Amino acid sequence: MAVLAFVDTLEGSITKSSYEAVHYAAKVAEKTGESAVAVTYGDASNDDLKALGKFGASKVLVHKEQKDMNPRALTTLMQEAVAAEGADVVVFAQDFTGKAVAPLLSARLKAGLVSGAVDYPDTDNGFVVKKSAFSGKAFAMYSIKTEKKIISILPNSVGKEAGEGEAEVVEFTPALGDTRIKVLEVEKESGDGEIPLTEADLVVSAGRGLKGPENWQMVLDLAKELGAATACSRPVADMEWRPHHEHVGQTGVAIRPNLYIAIGISGAIQHLAGVNGSKVIVVINTDEEAPFFKAADYGIVGDAFEVVPKLVEAAKAHKAAN
Amino acid sequence: MKILVAISKVPDTTTKIKFTAENKEFDNSGVQFIVNPYDEWYALVRALEIKEAGGGTVTTITVGKEDNDPVIRKALAVGADDAVRVNAEPTDAYFVAAQIADYAKKNDYDMVLTGKETIDYNGSQVGGMVAEIMDLPYISNASKMDFEGNKATIIRDIQGGKEKLEVETPFVLSAAKGMAEQRIPNMRGIMAAKRKKLTVVEPESADALTEVVSYALPPEKGQVKMIDADNPEELINLLHNEAKII
Ligand SMILES: Cc1cc2nc3c(=O)[nH]c(=O)nc-3n(C[C@H](O)[C@H](O)[C@H](O)COP(=O)(O)OP(=O)(O)OC[C@H]3O[C@@H](n4cnc5c(N)ncnc54)[C@H](O)[C@@H]3O)c2cc1C
Ligand SMILES: Nc1ncnc2c1ncn2[C@@H]1O[C@H](COP(=O)(O)O)[C@@H](O)[C@H]1O
Repeated sequence: MAVLAFVDTLEGSITKSSYEAVHYAAKVAEKTGESAVAVTYGDASNDDLKALGKFGASKVLVHKEQKDMNPRALTTLMQEAVAAEGADVVVFAQDFTGKAVAPLLSARLKAGLVSGAVDYPDTDNGFVVKKSAFSGKAFAMYSIKTEKKIISILPNSVGKEAGEGEAEVVEFTPALGDTRIKVLEVEKESGDGEIPLTEADLVVSAGRGLKGPENWQMVLDLAKELGAATACSRPVADMEWRPHHEHVGQTGVAIRPNLYIAIGISGAIQHLAGVNGSKVIVVINTDEEAPFFKAADYGIVGDAFEVVPKLVEAAKAHKAAN
Repeated sequence: MKILVAISKVPDTTTKIKFTAENKEFDNSGVQFIVNPYDEWYALVRALEIKEAGGGTVTTITVGKEDNDPVIRKALAVGADDAVRVNAEPTDAYFVAAQIADYAKKNDYDMVLTGKETIDYNGSQVGGMVAEIMDLPYISNASKMDFEGNKATIIRDIQGGKEKLEVETPFVLSAAKGMAEQRIPNMRGIMAAKRKKLTVVEPESADALTEVVSYALPPEKGQVKMIDADNPEELINLLHNEAKII
């Protein structure tokens, strides 16, 4: 028996949240006395696949011909892997790929799915998984009642640990063919060398307090010095000051970085819904009454136009010294 | 085009979340319920635009008891032609999807649209499950959809970017930001909604695969540590030495 982890790749590199899925699967397997098997597709290098052993996978099944993120094809891949390995638990990352594939697999196998899990399952009394609910404002404990179980974990909630080990890489090529969706074009969101927002450990974000798009350079500079991705509040994206994919919150993307720096953002409940899973929150705002301070770990009451350039210098100095 | 839009009822986005019965139930006292924003602003409005451009019908479907009717009327006020309510507690995503799929199969739609997720349980599950049960293609997190005949060109979010794809009807799609702009219903729409047909159907038997056993609130945030605006270097110092994240 095995616990499977679905591993996604982005331009040949394994995504950060996929490492977390493997790590999570290995922890579950440890508990249940099974082994963890990673399942992937596309162009990751054999060395990278072997290295999944460090995160606890004993074996990696790889389907190299499958290149697109086609939900039905990937569902069939996972279905075949479940059968081949006699798996009883399947782990996904709750990212765009996981959101597209996990529900299909759940319906196909009639295996209960908990999406947005933030912790390991409690197996003492049935199989109960804690998940984020109400847009980060609460948690719900879900019991999975079926024999086979699927868990989709929120990025950056359980982390990952690299140890020793090398996984055996096995080509796995069941027929996947789903030709009903034809991909015409793929457009990358971030430029070369930039960090995609959903993969970022550190995020610098700004809101309407910055007054206009021409003032964003200092935000980009701070992000660059820290090695962070950039984000923004909804009105900023709506006014086209920043690209839409940077919009975080209830209606934008939800992120859970280790650090979220909010500059000139008031902290409306719908904004918080997308960032309240961040480990550390820093708020920079002229208004000491801004609601965001209530959700913050560190705060500076001050004018962004004065504070941020100084921060850029400090971050630069820090980088040089470390 | 004959379009079915799945509509769900959620607490208003500003709701303070509370639980009762020893954290086993959501406390809905004083809570205002709204149509899930993704269902209303994106799925429903895009469906209406497609109908306005090329003809057809837009029907909404909701799995839930009578307490959903006000929210369903709101969707009718925005412009849906008629509504269906499957008269059952929406116990879990699979149960809900099975009901929607069953109704859709019997009534032959060109498209089933859902929101990308509900803002209460944040499942992102129902749309994909409906597609799988109906054996139809599933396009998740779509931000744009245009038609030429029965062929749709769609843009959806994928990890790290966007994918442009082509698919023929019938299919199931979950809608995200970008699809359409919110429409505020006017007085005429609200009056008309009162006369539109809301059909109540009884559920098919289907199993729930999961069950909520309890809820919890996140731990209270500790006190925020304030840093002097004249000395922002201190922030970098704290992030490095105290929080240990840079
Ligand atoms: C259903 C619904 C969904 C929504 N979804 C989202 C969502 O997903 N994401 C989102 O962000 N919003 C969302 N909103 C909007 C949300 O309610 C707020 O209106 C929005 O977040 C405010 O953006 P802001 O903080 O940038 O602007 P404002 O609220 O205008 O805040 C600007 C802040 O900047 C500060 N400031 C001004 N000048 C300076 C300066 N020189 N230096 C430092 N600080 C300064 C001000 O004190 C103020 O706190 C949603 C709303 C609704 C109704
Ligand atoms: N009870 C319900 N009735 C009708 N549609 C629903 C219901 N619950 C969820 N949906 C639809 O499925 C989408 C995704 O929901 P979820 O999987 O719960 O995040 C929602 O945006 C709705 O379009």
